[in-house]
Amino acid sequence: MAGQGWTDKRPMSPHLQIWKFHPTMLSSILHRATGVANAVGVAMIVGWLFAVASGPEAFAGYDAFFSSIFGMIILFGFTVSIFYHFANGIRHLIWDAGKGFDPNTANLWSIFSLVFGVLGAVALWAAILMQG
Amino acid sequence: MSNSMRTPLGRVRGLGSAKEGINHFMKQRASAIALVFLVPWMIYNIVLIACCHEDAAARFEAANAFLTSPLNAIFALIAIGASLYHMRLGIQVVIEDYIHASGTKIFLLLLNSFVTIGLFAIAFYSVFTVAA
Repeated sequence: MAGQGWTDKRPMSPHLQIWKFHPTMLSSILHRATGVANAVGVAMIVGWLFAVASGPEAFAGYDAFFSSIFGMIILFGFTVSIFYHFANGIRHLIWDAGKGFDPNTANLWSIFSLVFGVLGAVALWAAILMQG
Repeated sequence: MSNSMRTPLGRVRGLGSAKEGINHFMKQRASAIALVFLVPWMIYNIVLIACCHEDAAARFEAANAFLTSPLNAIFALIAIGASLYHMRLGIQVVIEDYIHASGTKIFLLLLNSFVTIGLFAIAFYSVFTVAA
């Protein structure tokens, strides 16, 4: 991208490849990825509402898909995505208040968001599946 | 010119490179704060409907019973509306970050707006149909 033609003296954002791996980098990338995944998930919830409005037969079809193994894997992924984005989103709000920027806190919260996303989703699904 | 990284005209306008100041940022945060409360409420209710019933017919009845309550119907629409609002802002930034060809970018930004508004229309129709 930055050829000889680049005359602007202002600093450029470094490209992804030159970053050393660190937790806050991972959590930032995941925040965006889960945000996009959640957009798909919201569309699935809207589809579910539409299925409810369309009557029992339409609902049964929608329900059958998401009760299948394939459908449940999608829903589990959506749950992880929501839980992660939720925890990391609250961290973003704390950042907006000017707090939590020192490297240790930031790294710790990155790992916490990830653990919360995975364990939270596993706990919720364990509870659901044990209900039957 | 001073040592500022910003152009003189940019400083005068005070709106930054996005040309709308902190408008986008604040909208994203306002909807995030609403979603901190709405998302757990929505997950809780969807899980209750999905987990604790025998078959698709029972889940259909449970979803109907849930949306027939005016308070639930109103809050479900607020939750979906806030999610779609937040998601439109988020996807907009993803498009602006990665798509640089202006024709494609404008097309995708329009598509983003149309899809979110379309999804809200479907959600509104569905909830209204069940609740009314």
